[in-house]
Amino acid sequence: MPEPTMTLEILRYRPERDRAPSIQPYEIPYRADWVVLDAINYVKDNLDGTLSYRWSCRMGVCGSCGMMINGVAKLSCATFLKDYYPAPVRVEPLAHFPVERDLVIVMDDFMEKLGRIRPWIIRGDEQPLSEGEYRQTPAQLATYKQFSMCINCMLCYSACPVYGLEPGFLGPAAIALAQRYNLDSRDQGSGQRALILTSQHGIWDCTLVGECTSVCPAQVDPAGAIQQAKLASTLDWYFSVLLPWG
Amino acid sequence: MRRYRRPLGPTWWLTQRAYFLFMLRELTSVFIAAYLALLLLGVYRLSLGREAYEAYLQLLATPGMLFFHVVALIAALFHTLTWFDVLPKVLVVRFGERRLPGAIVAGVNYVAWVVVSAVIAWILLRG
Repeated sequence: MPEPTMTLEILRYRPERDRAPSIQPYEIPYRADWVVLDAINYVKDNLDGTLSYRWSCRMGVCGSCGMMINGVAKLSCATFLKDYYPAPVRVEPLAHFPVERDLVIVMDDFMEKLGRIRPWIIRGDEQPLSEGEYRQTPAQLATYKQFSMCINCMLCYSACPVYGLEPGFLGPAAIALAQRYNLDSRDQGSGQRALILTSQHGIWDCTLVGECTSVCPAQVDPAGAIQQAKLASTLDWYFSVLLPWG
Repeated sequence: MRRYRRPLGPTWWLTQRAYFLFMLRELTSVFIAAYLALLLLGVYRLSLGREAYEAYLQLLATPGMLFFHVVALIAALFHTLTWFDVLPKVLVVRFGERRLPGAIVAGVNYVAWVVVSAVIAWILLRG
Protein backbone atom coordinates (compact mmCIF):
# COMPACT_ATOMS: atom_id res chain seq x y z
CA MET A 1 0.00 0.00 0.00
CA PRO A 2 1.43 3.40 -0.91
CA GLU A 3 2.27 5.71 1.95
CA PRO A 4 -0.49 8.26 2.54
CA THR A 5 0.40 11.84 1.68
CA MET A 6 -1.04 15.25 2.35
CA THR A 7 -0.48 18.79 1.13
CA LEU A 8 1.36 21.43 3.07
CA GLU A 9 0.76 24.93 1.68
CA ILE A 10 3.56 27.20 2.81
CA LEU A 11 3.74 30.94 2.36
CA ARG A 12 6.97 31.82 0.59
CA TYR A 13 8.56 35.24 0.49
CA ARG A 14 12.04 35.76 -0.88
CA PRO A 15 12.69 39.50 -0.70
CA GLU A 16 15.47 39.41 -3.30
CA ARG A 17 13.06 38.13 -5.99
CA ASP A 18 9.43 38.34 -4.77
CA ARG A 19 7.44 41.56 -4.66
CA ALA A 20 4.78 39.86 -2.55
CA PRO A 21 4.48 36.49 -0.83
CA SER A 22 2.87 33.53 -2.55
CA ILE A 23 1.59 30.15 -1.43
CA GLN A 24 3.61 27.10 -2.48
CA PRO A 25 2.13 23.61 -2.06
CA TYR A 26 4.32 20.65 -1.05
CA GLU A 27 3.28 17.02 -1.11
CA ILE A 28 4.53 15.40 2.09
CA PRO A 29 4.15 11.94 3.62
CA TYR A 30 1.40 11.80 6.23
CA ARG A 31 2.34 10.30 9.56
CA ALA A 32 -0.04 10.36 12.48
CA ASP A 33 2.72 11.11 14.97
CA TRP A 34 4.08 14.08 13.02
CA VAL A 35 3.56 17.66 14.07
CA VAL A 36 3.54 20.48 11.52
CA LEU A 37 7.16 21.28 12.37
CA ASP A 38 8.17 17.71 11.44
CA ALA A 39 6.47 18.22 8.09
CA ILE A 40 8.25 21.54 7.51
CA ASN A 41 11.57 19.93 8.43
CA TYR A 42 10.78 17.20 5.89
CA VAL A 43 10.25 19.85 3.21
CA LYS A 44 13.52 21.58 4.15
CA ASP A 45 15.50 18.32 4.17
CA ASN A 46 13.99 16.61 1.15
CA LEU A 47 12.05 18.94 -1.13
CA ASP A 48 13.26 22.52 -0.88
CA GLY A 49 16.33 23.53 1.09
CA THR A 50 15.69 27.24 0.53
CA LEU A 51 12.74 27.33 2.96
CA SER A 52 13.41 29.56 5.99
CA TYR A 53 11.74 29.27 9.41
CA ARG A 54 12.60 29.40 13.09
CA TRP A 55 12.56 26.45 15.44
CA SER A 56 14.60 25.00 18.24
CA CYS A 57 13.35 22.83 21.10
CA ARG A 58 10.49 20.85 19.45
CA MET A 59 8.70 20.63 22.81
CA GLY A 60 6.77 23.85 23.36
CA VAL A 61 9.34 25.44 25.63
CA CYS A 62 11.48 27.76 23.50
CA GLY A 63 8.67 29.66 21.77
CA SER A 64 10.51 29.88 18.43
CA CYS A 65 8.24 27.99 16.04
CA GLY A 66 5.04 30.07 16.24
CA MET A 67 3.21 30.19 12.89
CA MET A 68 -0.27 30.73 11.51
CA ILE A 69 -1.64 27.25 10.89
CA ASN A 70 -4.85 27.40 8.88
CA GLY A 71 -5.19 31.00 10.04
CA VAL A 72 -4.74 30.33 13.76
CA ALA A 73 -1.59 31.24 15.70
CA LYS A 74 -0.02 28.01 16.99
CA LEU A 75 3.32 26.49 17.90
CA SER A 76 4.11 24.26 14.92
CA CYS A 77 5.83 21.79 17.27
CA ALA A 78 2.59 21.26 19.19
CA THR A 79 0.18 21.03 16.25
CA PHE A 80 -0.42 17.52 14.92
CA LEU A 81 -1.03 16.76 11.25
CA LYS A 82 -3.64 14.17 12.26
CA ASP A 83 -5.95 16.97 13.41
CA TYR A 84 -6.11 18.25 9.80
CA TYR A 85 -5.55 15.18 7.61
CA PRO A 86 -6.56 14.62 4.85
CA ALA A 87 -7.32 18.31 4.23
CA PRO A 88 -4.35 20.49 3.26
CA VAL A 89 -2.63 22.46 5.99
CA ARG A 90 -1.73 26.08 5.29
CA VAL A 91 1.31 27.47 7.10
CA GLU A 92 1.98 31.20 7.16
CA PRO A 93 4.25 33.46 9.20
CA LEU A 94 2.82 34.93 12.41
CA ALA A 95 0.21 37.55 11.54
CA HIS A 96 0.64 41.29 12.24
CA PHE A 97 4.45 41.17 12.09
CA PRO A 98 6.51 42.18 9.05
CA VAL A 99 7.81 39.17 7.13
CA GLU A 100 11.58 38.91 6.80
CA ARG A 101 11.65 35.77 4.65
CA ASP A 102 9.23 32.86 4.21
CA LEU A 103 8.01 31.98 7.73
CA VAL A 104 10.48 34.25 9.53
CA ILE A 105 8.98 37.41 11.01
CA VAL A 106 10.67 40.55 12.30
CA MET A 107 10.29 40.54 16.08
CA ASP A 108 12.04 43.85 16.83
CA ASP A 109 8.78 45.53 17.84
CA PHE A 110 8.00 42.87 20.46
CA MET A 111 11.55 42.91 21.83
CA GLU A 112 11.44 46.68 22.20
CA LYS A 113 8.07 46.52 24.01
CA LEU A 114 9.26 43.72 26.25
CA GLY A 115 12.20 45.86 27.37
CA ARG A 116 9.98 48.88 27.82
CA ILE A 117 7.95 47.31 30.65
CA ARG A 118 11.16 46.55 32.62
CA PRO A 119 10.69 42.82 33.05
CA TRP A 120 12.98 42.43 36.04
CA ILE A 121 12.74 42.94 39.80
CA ILE A 122 13.07 46.64 40.57
CA ARG A 123 13.98 47.57 44.13
CA GLY A 124 13.54 50.97 45.71
CA ASP A 125 15.57 49.95 48.72
CA GLU A 126 18.28 47.46 47.82
CA GLN A 127 19.18 45.40 50.87
CA PRO A 128 22.83 44.44 51.41
CA LEU A 129 23.95 40.97 50.37
CA SER A 130 24.70 40.15 54.01
CA GLU A 131 20.96 40.15 54.71
CA GLY A 132 20.49 37.29 52.27
CA GLU A 133 17.93 36.80 49.53
CA TYR A 134 14.48 38.36 49.28
CA ARG A 135 12.28 35.61 50.64
CA GLN A 136 8.85 34.73 49.39
CA THR A 137 6.08 32.43 50.65
CA PRO A 138 4.39 29.89 48.34
CA ALA A 139 1.23 32.04 48.52
CA GLN A 140 3.18 35.11 47.32
CA LEU A 141 4.66 33.03 44.50
CA ALA A 142 1.19 31.81 43.51
CA THR A 143 -0.04 35.37 42.86
CA TYR A 144 2.19 35.83 39.80
CA LYS A 145 3.42 32.35 38.83
CA GLN A 146 0.92 31.88 36.00
CA PHE A 147 2.06 35.09 34.28
CA SER A 148 5.71 34.08 34.67
CA MET A 149 5.17 31.04 32.43
CA CYS A 150 5.27 33.18 29.25
CA ILE A 151 7.71 31.80 26.66
CA ASN A 152 7.72 34.95 24.48
CA CYS A 153 6.37 33.05 21.48
CA MET A 154 4.29 36.05 20.29
CA LEU A 155 1.27 33.92 19.37
CA CYS A 156 -0.85 36.34 21.45
CA TYR A 157 0.27 39.29 19.29
CA SER A 158 -0.73 37.41 16.15
CA ALA A 159 -4.14 36.54 17.62
CA CYS A 160 -4.81 40.12 18.73
CA PRO A 161 -6.70 42.19 16.13
CA VAL A 162 -6.07 45.32 18.21
CA TYR A 163 -2.33 44.85 17.64
CA GLY A 164 -3.01 44.17 13.97
CA LEU A 165 -4.95 47.41 13.60
CA GLU A 166 -2.82 49.50 15.97
CA PRO A 167 0.81 48.32 15.91
CA GLY A 168 1.61 50.81 18.68
CA PHE A 169 -0.37 48.71 21.18
CA LEU A 170 1.90 47.44 23.95
CA GLY A 171 0.33 44.02 23.47
CA PRO A 172 -0.71 40.98 25.52
CA ALA A 173 2.61 39.34 26.47
CA ALA A 174 4.36 42.58 27.46
CA ILE A 175 1.43 43.59 29.69
CA ALA A 176 1.16 40.10 31.21
CA LEU A 177 4.88 40.24 32.05
CA ALA A 178 4.52 43.74 33.51
CA GLN A 179 1.72 42.36 35.67
CA ARG A 180 3.94 39.38 36.58
CA TYR A 181 6.53 41.74 38.13
CA ASN A 182 3.94 44.10 39.61
CA LEU A 183 2.43 41.17 41.54
CA ASP A 184 5.82 39.93 42.75
CA SER A 185 6.20 40.65 46.46
CA ARG A 186 9.93 41.36 45.98
CA ASP A 187 9.32 44.02 43.33
CA GLN A 188 8.90 47.75 43.98
CA GLY A 189 8.74 48.99 40.39
CA SER A 190 4.99 49.15 39.74
CA GLY A 191 5.11 52.96 39.76
CA GLN A 192 7.65 52.96 36.92
CA ARG A 193 5.65 50.40 34.95
CA ALA A 194 2.38 52.29 35.51
CA LEU A 195 3.69 55.11 33.32
CA ILE A 196 4.06 52.68 30.43
CA LEU A 197 0.95 50.58 31.12
CA THR A 198 -1.39 53.55 31.33
CA SER A 199 0.19 55.55 28.51
CA GLN A 200 -1.43 55.85 25.12
CA HIS A 201 -1.48 52.38 23.50
CA GLY A 202 -1.09 50.74 26.90
CA ILE A 203 -3.69 48.64 28.71
CA TRP A 204 -6.62 50.83 27.67
CA ASP A 205 -6.15 49.97 23.99
CA CYS A 206 -7.30 46.42 24.84
CA THR A 207 -10.94 45.81 23.91
CA LEU A 208 -10.91 42.28 25.35
CA VAL A 209 -11.26 40.15 22.28
CA GLY A 210 -9.75 37.40 24.43
CA GLU A 211 -8.00 35.48 21.67
CA CYS A 212 -4.57 36.07 23.23
CA THR A 213 -5.62 33.76 26.05
CA SER A 214 -7.16 31.20 23.67
CA VAL A 215 -3.95 30.75 21.66
CA CYS A 216 -1.48 30.93 24.55
CA PRO A 217 0.46 27.61 24.66
CA ALA A 218 1.60 28.25 28.25
CA GLN A 219 -1.82 29.00 29.80
CA VAL A 220 -0.63 32.47 30.82
CA ASP A 221 -4.02 34.15 30.27
CA PRO A 222 -2.74 37.52 29.01
CA ALA A 223 -6.35 38.75 28.65
CA GLY A 224 -6.84 38.20 32.37
CA ALA A 225 -3.55 39.96 33.13
CA ILE A 226 -4.60 43.00 31.10
CA GLN A 227 -8.02 43.22 32.77
CA GLN A 228 -6.41 42.88 36.21
CA ALA A 229 -3.95 45.64 35.26
CA LYS A 230 -6.92 47.80 34.23
CA LEU A 231 -8.60 47.20 37.60
CA ALA A 232 -5.37 47.93 39.52
CA SER A 233 -4.79 51.10 37.51
CA THR A 234 -8.36 52.29 38.09
CA LEU A 235 -8.10 51.66 41.84
CA ASP A 236 -4.75 53.51 41.92
CA TRP A 237 -6.36 56.47 40.23
CA TYR A 238 -9.32 56.55 42.61
CA PHE A 239 -7.08 56.28 45.65
CA SER A 240 -4.82 59.06 44.39
CA VAL A 241 -7.83 61.30 43.77
CA LEU A 242 -9.91 60.44 46.86
CA LEU A 243 -7.19 60.12 49.46
CA PRO A 244 -5.15 63.27 50.18
CA TRP A 245 -2.11 61.15 51.01
CA GLY A 246 -2.74 58.74 48.08
CA MET B 1 16.31 43.82 2.91
CA ARG B 2 12.74 44.51 1.88
CA ARG B 3 10.27 43.35 4.51
CA TYR B 4 6.72 42.49 3.63
CA ARG B 5 3.87 43.84 5.71
CA ARG B 6 0.62 41.97 5.40
CA PRO B 7 -2.21 44.42 5.89
CA LEU B 8 -5.26 43.55 7.99
CA GLY B 9 -8.28 43.81 5.68
CA PRO B 10 -11.62 45.37 6.70
CA THR B 11 -13.18 41.89 6.95
CA TRP B 12 -10.73 40.54 9.55
CA TRP B 13 -13.61 39.98 11.96
CA LEU B 14 -15.19 37.49 9.55
CA THR B 15 -12.11 35.27 9.47
CA GLN B 16 -12.64 33.60 12.84
CA ARG B 17 -15.67 32.73 14.93
CA ALA B 18 -14.14 34.31 18.06
CA TYR B 19 -13.56 37.62 16.23
CA PHE B 20 -17.14 37.56 14.92
CA LEU B 21 -18.58 36.98 18.40
CA PHE B 22 -16.42 39.83 19.69
CA MET B 23 -17.80 42.20 17.06
CA LEU B 24 -21.31 40.99 17.85
CA ARG B 25 -20.71 41.83 21.52
CA GLU B 26 -19.45 45.30 20.58
CA LEU B 27 -22.48 45.79 18.31
CA THR B 28 -24.90 45.07 21.16
CA SER B 29 -23.92 48.39 22.73
CA VAL B 30 -25.58 50.19 19.80
CA PHE B 31 -28.94 48.58 20.66
CA ILE B 32 -28.49 49.33 24.35
CA ALA B 33 -27.69 52.98 23.56
CA ALA B 34 -30.74 53.20 21.26
CA TYR B 35 -32.94 51.70 23.98
CA LEU B 36 -31.69 54.23 26.52
CA ALA B 37 -32.32 57.09 24.07
CA LEU B 38 -35.87 55.81 23.68
CA LEU B 39 -36.27 55.69 27.45
CA LEU B 40 -35.01 59.29 27.77
CA LEU B 41 -37.46 60.32 25.06
CA GLY B 42 -40.23 58.84 27.22
CA VAL B 43 -39.17 60.94 30.21
CA TYR B 44 -39.08 64.03 28.00
CA ARG B 45 -42.56 63.28 26.59
CA LEU B 46 -43.84 62.80 30.13
CA SER B 47 -42.63 66.31 30.99
CA LEU B 48 -44.68 67.67 28.07
CA GLY B 49 -47.94 66.43 29.54
CA ARG B 50 -50.42 63.61 29.33
CA GLU B 51 -51.22 63.80 25.61
CA ALA B 52 -47.59 63.75 24.54
CA TYR B 53 -46.93 60.76 26.80
CA GLU B 54 -49.98 58.86 25.49
CA ALA B 55 -48.70 59.37 21.94
CA TYR B 56 -45.31 58.03 23.04
CA LEU B 57 -46.96 54.93 24.51
CA GLN B 58 -48.85 54.40 21.26
CA LEU B 59 -45.57 54.63 19.36
CA LEU B 60 -44.13 51.91 21.61
CA ALA B 61 -47.05 49.61 20.81
CA THR B 62 -46.36 49.58 17.07
CA PRO B 63 -45.03 46.29 15.62
CA GLY B 64 -41.73 47.91 14.60
CA MET B 65 -41.12 49.13 18.14
CA LEU B 66 -42.06 45.76 19.65
CA PHE B 67 -39.58 44.11 17.29
CA PHE B 68 -36.90 46.61 18.27
CA HIS B 69 -37.48 45.86 21.96
CA VAL B 70 -37.15 42.11 21.42
CA VAL B 71 -33.87 42.63 19.54
CA ALA B 72 -32.64 45.10 22.18
CA LEU B 73 -33.49 42.60 24.94
CA ILE B 74 -31.53 39.82 23.22
CA ALA B 75 -28.62 42.22 22.68
CA ALA B 76 -28.70 43.32 26.33
CA LEU B 77 -28.77 39.71 27.53
CA PHE B 78 -25.84 38.73 25.28
CA HIS B 79 -23.90 41.80 26.38
CA THR B 80 -24.59 41.22 30.07
CA LEU B 81 -23.88 37.49 30.10
CA THR B 82 -20.55 37.93 28.28
CA TRP B 83 -19.52 40.51 30.87
CA PHE B 84 -20.69 38.28 33.73
CA ASP B 85 -18.34 35.62 32.43
CA VAL B 86 -15.43 38.08 32.20
CA LEU B 87 -15.49 38.80 35.94
CA PRO B 88 -13.34 35.79 36.93
CA LYS B 89 -10.61 37.14 34.64
CA VAL B 90 -10.64 40.52 36.35
CA LEU B 91 -11.33 39.55 39.94
CA VAL B 92 -8.83 37.14 41.44
CA VAL B 93 -9.84 35.88 44.87
CA ARG B 94 -7.11 33.94 46.66
CA PHE B 95 -7.01 31.88 49.80
CA GLY B 96 -3.33 31.34 50.39
CA GLU B 97 -1.98 29.45 47.38
CA ARG B 98 -5.44 28.50 46.14
CA ARG B 99 -7.49 30.61 43.76
CA LEU B 100 -11.27 30.68 44.02
CA PRO B 101 -12.57 28.88 40.88
CA GLY B 102 -13.83 31.17 38.12
CA ALA B 103 -17.22 29.45 38.06
CA ILE B 104 -17.89 30.60 41.62
CA VAL B 105 -16.81 34.19 40.91
CA ALA B 106 -19.02 34.31 37.81
CA GLY B 107 -21.78 32.52 39.74
CA VAL B 108 -22.01 35.44 42.16
CA ASN B 109 -23.13 37.57 39.21
CA TYR B 110 -25.90 35.14 38.31
CA VAL B 111 -27.09 34.87 41.92
CA ALA B 112 -27.12 38.67 42.23
CA TRP B 113 -29.04 38.86 38.95
CA VAL B 114 -31.74 36.49 40.21
CA VAL B 115 -31.99 38.26 43.59
CA VAL B 116 -32.22 41.76 42.07
CA SER B 117 -34.79 40.55 39.51
CA ALA B 118 -36.85 38.97 42.31
CA VAL B 119 -36.79 42.19 44.33
CA ILE B 120 -37.87 44.26 41.33
CA ALA B 121 -40.61 41.74 40.50
CA TRP B 122 -41.80 41.88 44.12
CA ILE B 123 -41.93 45.71 44.06
CA LEU B 124 -43.82 45.76 40.76
CA LEU B 125 -46.21 42.89 41.43
CA ARG B 126 -47.10 43.32 45.11
CA GLY B 127 -50.08 45.32 43.86
